[in-house]
Amino acid sequence: MRPASESELANLITGRTSPVIPCGGGTRPIGLSSAGERLYLDNLNRVTQYEPGALTLVAEAGTPLKTIFEILNEKGQMFPFEPIDYRGLLGRGGEPTVGGMVATNSSGPRRVKVGACRDYVIGLRFVDGEGNIIKSGGRVMKNVTGYDLTKLLTGSFGTLGIITEVALKVLPAPTHAAVLLIEGLSEKLALQVLNRSLNSPFEVSGAAHLCSGVDGQPVTMIRLEGFQSSVMYRVEELSKFFEDSVSITVETDPERTREGWEYIRDVGPFQNREGDVWKIITKPSEALLLVEGLRESINIEVFYDWAGSLIWALVKEGTNLRDYLQGLNGHATLIRANDGNKSHLEVFHQQSIMELELKKRLKNKFDPGNILNQGMVL
Amino acid sequence: MEMPSSNSSIINDKDRLIGLFNRILSADSVISDPYETKAYECDGLTAYKCPPLAVLLPRTTEEVAEILKICHEEKIPVIPRGAGTSLAGGALPTSDSVILGTSRLNNILDLDIENRMVRVQTGVTNLSVTEAVENEGFFYAPDPSSQLVCTIAGNIAMNSGGAHCLKYGVTTNNLMGMKIVLMDGSVMELGGEYLDSGGLDLLGVVCGSEGQLGIVTEAVLRIIPKPEGARPILLGFDSNVIAGNCVSDIIGEGILPVAIEFMDRLCIQACEDFVGAGYPDVEALLIVEVEGSAKEIDEQLDRIKAIASRHNPVAMKESKSDKESKLIWLGRKSAFGAMGKINDYMCLDGTIPVSRLPDVLEGISTLSKKYGLAVANVFHAGDGNLHPLILFNANQEGELAKCESLGADILNLCVDLGGCLSGEHGVGVEKRDLMTNQFSRQDLELQMRVKDVFDPDWLLNPAKVFPLEISMERRLN
Repeated sequence: MRPASESELANLITGRTSPVIPCGGGTRPIGLSSAGERLYLDNLNRVTQYEPGALTLVAEAGTPLKTIFEILNEKGQMFPFEPIDYRGLLGRGGEPTVGGMVATNSSGPRRVKVGACRDYVIGLRFVDGEGNIIKSGGRVMKNVTGYDLTKLLTGSFGTLGIITEVALKVLPAPTHAAVLLIEGLSEKLALQVLNRSLNSPFEVSGAAHLCSGVDGQPVTMIRLEGFQSSVMYRVEELSKFFEDSVSITVETDPERTREGWEYIRDVGPFQNREGDVWKIITKPSEALLLVEGLRESINIEVFYDWAGSLIWALVKEGTNLRDYLQGLNGHATLIRANDGNKSHLEVFHQQSIMELELKKRLKNKFDPGNILNQGMVL
Repeated sequence: MEMPSSNSSIINDKDRLIGLFNRILSADSVISDPYETKAYECDGLTAYKCPPLAVLLPRTTEEVAEILKICHEEKIPVIPRGAGTSLAGGALPTSDSVILGTSRLNNILDLDIENRMVRVQTGVTNLSVTEAVENEGFFYAPDPSSQLVCTIAGNIAMNSGGAHCLKYGVTTNNLMGMKIVLMDGSVMELGGEYLDSGGLDLLGVVCGSEGQLGIVTEAVLRIIPKPEGARPILLGFDSNVIAGNCVSDIIGEGILPVAIEFMDRLCIQACEDFVGAGYPDVEALLIVEVEGSAKEIDEQLDRIKAIASRHNPVAMKESKSDKESKLIWLGRKSAFGAMGKINDYMCLDGTIPVSRLPDVLEGISTLSKKYGLAVANVFHAGDGNLHPLILFNANQEGELAKCESLGADILNLCVDLGGCLSGEHGVGVEKRDLMTNQFSRQDLELQMRVKDVFDPDWLLNPAKVFPLEISMERRLN
């Protein structure tokens, strides 16, 4: 199915009893839907409003991010949360869409400073499981008029409604960036340094550690962004955190800094590698202990983003990582695996029975016939 | 403004019900003497008053759960209350309801500086969170003007903002987790000491739900390293419209100040008389604050001055010391109090896209003349959150109704310009009946279904947010 408009989509859903699978660009097949006919939103592809002076952009759900980024670039603005492009990791073609980004609440390295995708979605329109066209939020930055259904829909993987239009807050893109690169730190020291940087007033906008960088050495990355003189001032201040014996390279070439963080954002280290990929989110100070525990039990390769809050893990195909994550203070998602393993291991984090029960009742209110992305998330 | 008629069988059964509460709470946690419950008859929206059946002040999550179990069993409406500073009547009781106050849930449970978060009981005041972490070089970002007294519980219920949320976001952007007690007494954790809860974002929908989905007893809050420094500049203009244009230009040119506040002549004078903040004598004033090292601040202020200069400013005055900066902010944060000293007023909270500031200011001025009531403007210009203050005489018959009608017209103007009814105060009872201007019946139906899930009997703050006739069937069943 390929509706040409929101109202056509609503008509398709009204009275329907057989399941559907809403699709944006099809570039992030993370969750697994048990059955259904594919519903493509690529005809809903217009940027309906862009007001640089109000920092807001409104676009139909099927609008390719590429189109939006071009428009934003022209005015020196951006989606600050750096949505992940999963094509490399998941081996997909096509174009990521703004609807898919919102439905999966996709955020990259800058999340640690500026917040997640869900913090920038200020309104949306969607079609619920009964075919009603629903509006929530608006196109203003502050809004407590009624319940925040926008938050509920963001990251719901198409299970509560089919998003047709989203309104996002945008921010000025920084004119300059510098990355402090430190080679050879132990994981323990690296995570300490990253957190110390984030706890400083210097507005760090990226904090990652690769246990094995491009040349095989561990490399720690700290990003600073803003006006040029301000960036250079903060580079100097942050450099004082290190002993003289530590050698720090400062990368300021725009192309190279961009590529470096795209490598982190898009899980570059695990692209074209065999095995399942998990995304683990926890408290930064518990990250290392968690990883050391896992290493004792299984073969695992990791790298850290968000100063250790986010651990990307590569394990042997079919490994049930959850067996080793009992009592995890956080949550884990199986991002890449074959469908058999996804259905056997479960993609999404298992929650308390009470929470699950509540969420199922919510799902039932939005989609009483259970036709939207059956079996996903819940 | 109408409230639903009270359930007389609850009122007639008061003694027995109070007995049930006395069994689970210490004596000083149950207030039922009519002289004492009177103190809880209204919140910051003082035009409407009604003492509750009783006031309950629990000290623990377990006590909250016990209270809710009884109320669930006995079908008693529960009105959650933080510090009672709501300007929208969010904590207005009915005579058959109990107020559940969070004021004694006031412990800071865990300061986790290393991980940039704190866990608190929600009765702590907003400012006390910052006070608890500022020696470590951190602060809690949302800063409503009432931050000295308002509680985190109330902040979560109304998704409160403040002057500095242009850069740091509102409550929902700074809330990582919560412990919530549902109406049936069950307790659950949503989110936690980590980023981005997995699965459906229940945390996100509870925040800003005006106490209608559950009682939040604990919160995990994100704290932020204090900037090296911050400094405001005052920019004065000949007209409101020019000031509005200047705001739009500052934001459009890639500068993101931490705050951009706007005041018009009426407000400037009232604040000047009240605290002597050193504001210039102009038609419209912007307070723009930037952060960073001394050099970074200078650089940003230079850019801002260059933009302002294109709009023929009649005054440009940088703060020269911490003392001056504090005074500038004291003036702004005292705005409501200062206006209250010279007149009765009603404070609105509409929000519009920043680019429509000139239009909305013109529209408000036209409406103000039409009704013959003065309107003072003070607001968070950077994010388009307006606080028009309508001045009226509460003792003159018919003037409150006239004022409410002007307020409704102004809010509807905001909606027409692409904005919304409330940016940070919430709907409460005040804007309840305007909701159909912003939302369709189906939009509201789906929102009410969310409440059905959390509170099937509609006992939590039942007569708020949704127009009474729309929620009637659910409330009476």
